[in-house]
Amino acid sequence: MTTQYLILSGLIFAIGALGVLIRRNAIVVFMCVELMLNACNLAFVTFARQNGNLEGQIIAFFVMVVAAAEVVVGLAIIVTIFRTRRSASVDDANLLKY
Amino acid sequence: MDPVKITDYVGTGVIGVSWLMIALPLLGAAILLVLGRITNKWGHLLGVAMSLASFVVAVLGFVELLGLSEDARRQAVHLYEFIPGMVDMGLLIDPLSLSFALLITGVGSLIHIYSIGYMSHDPDRRRFFAYLNLFVAAMLLLVLSDNYVGLFIGWEGVGLASYLLIGFWQFKPSAAVAAKKAFIVNRVGDFGLLVGMFIIWTSFGTLAFGDLQGKVGEASSGTLTAIGLLLLLGACGKSAQLPLQSWLLDAMEGPTPVSALIHAATMVTAGVYLVVRSGAFFEASSTASLVVTIVGVATLLAGAIIGCAKDDIKKGLAGSTMSQIGYMMLGAGLGPAGYAFAIAHLIAHGFFKADMFLGAGSVMHAMNDEVDMRKYGGLRKLMPITFATFMVGYLAIIGFPFLSGFYTKDGIMETAMEHGQWMGWLAVLGAGITGFYMSRMIFMTFFGEKRWDKDAHPHESPSVMTVPLILLSLGSIGLGYYLISDNRFMKFLAPAVGLPERLPEFHLFSTTTVGLSSLALVALGAGFAWYKYGKSEVPVLAPRGSFLTVFARRDLYGDALNESLFMRPGQWLTRIAVFFDNRGVDGLVNGLAAAIGGTSGRMRRLQTGFARTYALSILFGAALLAGALLLVGNI
Repeated sequence: MTTQYLILSGLIFAIGALGVLIRRNAIVVFMCVELMLNACNLAFVTFARQNGNLEGQIIAFFVMVVAAAEVVVGLAIIVTIFRTRRSASVDDANLLKY
Repeated sequence: MDPVKITDYVGTGVIGVSWLMIALPLLGAAILLVLGRITNKWGHLLGVAMSLASFVVAVLGFVELLGLSEDARRQAVHLYEFIPGMVDMGLLIDPLSLSFALLITGVGSLIHIYSIGYMSHDPDRRRFFAYLNLFVAAMLLLVLSDNYVGLFIGWEGVGLASYLLIGFWQFKPSAAVAAKKAFIVNRVGDFGLLVGMFIIWTSFGTLAFGDLQGKVGEASSGTLTAIGLLLLLGACGKSAQLPLQSWLLDAMEGPTPVSALIHAATMVTAGVYLVVRSGAFFEASSTASLVVTIVGVATLLAGAIIGCAKDDIKKGLAGSTMSQIGYMMLGAGLGPAGYAFAIAHLIAHGFFKADMFLGAGSVMHAMNDEVDMRKYGGLRKLMPITFATFMVGYLAIIGFPFLSGFYTKDGIMETAMEHGQWMGWLAVLGAGITGFYMSRMIFMTFFGEKRWDKDAHPHESPSVMTVPLILLSLGSIGLGYYLISDNRFMKFLAPAVGLPERLPEFHLFSTTTVGLSSLALVALGAGFAWYKYGKSEVPVLAPRGSFLTVFARRDLYGDALNESLFMRPGQWLTRIAVFFDNRGVDGLVNGLAAAIGGTSGRMRRLQTGFARTYALSILFGAALLAGALLLVGNI
């Protein structure tokens, strides 16, 4: 059982990572990040079940809390960028460079 | 006889206030320099008055000194504590210092008066008199001080005054350069004097002449020789003796009264004063005194040879000054027997050389400041007084019988002959060359055809200039006989410098080998000069001349020697230092900064601003980390 869960977790993580790398829309990138976080959560919970303790599950809760906070801040930033630039593309927000 | 002991002055006479001699001209200089332009109208008169007042004090002091018994003729006047426990500032009034003081203030006053006329068209005349007064004060401090420290302060003071006066027309680059050269060459000499003083201090624990008396024998002979040679180096710098002679000829860039006062009559004789005043060291070290005579002989010949080829009347006289100081140095190196002749020649030279320099100034004044003798000629009828006084000076310097130079120079040559045939004969040879170059000067300037520039209108100078000339020429006539006859000057100086065991005999006209041969050589030289410059025509443009002429014209390659030996290596050294500083030190610092700057310039290209690039690099990093962890087998 554990192997299948882990494979699923790896697949979801890979999809998320790929999405972060190839999508331009900030909202989609953001959702991909959530995918990666949740893939990690799945892996934590799987290991917790296999080892028979609660530590992995507790960490999964922590990750969720952090993800929620991150969503609040991240969405606020994305909305602000969209308001000023009329675009949500991550490639357009490239002023912070050399 | 040894010099008498220096005693503290307890009387109430003029000697007690002899510091006035120094203070008055110093005050004059201070007033003229501090008040500035306000004093333009009467500044020169103040300068003359201060110098004359100083002369009066010197004469009164001299009279008082003559009234004392011989054993009491060395009086130290305590002034104040200068450096506690080390130097008490005081003045030493003895026959030697007063002889100098009289010469400095006497000739100095005449030159002050002459300068009123000579500098009358100069807008900066007041500043000129301020510097002259400063010079007189410093020179008097030099000769009157009763310790080496005071002497050194005066020594530096006259160096400063000399620098300021050579560069008086500082808008002329040549004058500014000449002033700098004089200053720098003199520093070399000062180095010797200073180190000599250091050794005296460490060996004897005192720098006062009075405390040094009778103590000289306590030191080892090596120390004494070192002191002697170092003091001689100082003397060479100030007196333009070989090897530090090169500055004197260039110093003629200054106004002519300066050349007369500082670079002929007084300052350049300070070296002779130093050697005579420090006589005890030289008498105790035969090496040192031998070197003094060698320097003297070498310089008297070098100066005479240079004088033969100069067309610039002042430079010709400067070469002659070098040569005559060489005679004095020779005399000073011969011990008590030579001191009196050296100082007598110094005083006589002060008169006739100042006379001739002022005469040359008078000629230049008349010829629109032309100094090239090839453009003179036939001036004797237009400038009778200048001609007559110059002629007296000329006869005195070549040693024409019964004039000043005849007795004083003869004395030096006779004494030199007694000490060593070679130096005696070389000195006689120098006298012959003197006869040639001085006659050449006379023939080129006052006789022959007129070779003037078109706009030259020679005229006799005003009486403010001719009267000092006449007075100086009177001194040039009789002074030598007066000083030398009956060994008068030798006996007068005896309390200060001692007396030789055997007094020389005085002859009105000596018929010794030296006397006759020098006269014959002088006549020969004068005759040759007449043949070359009197009988035949003098070309207006200087002919190329033989190797010897060029040698003499280029000052015996003294400047070339200094340049190749000291200046160029010095420049190389500075260039190497500059190179090392620019490339080495700066290169290290700048290179480091450039390397860091360049690297970071390239590094910042990594920051593209694209969030996805960063994400990719994070992914790679994470993959790398994971790979590394797997590799070491920690998972």
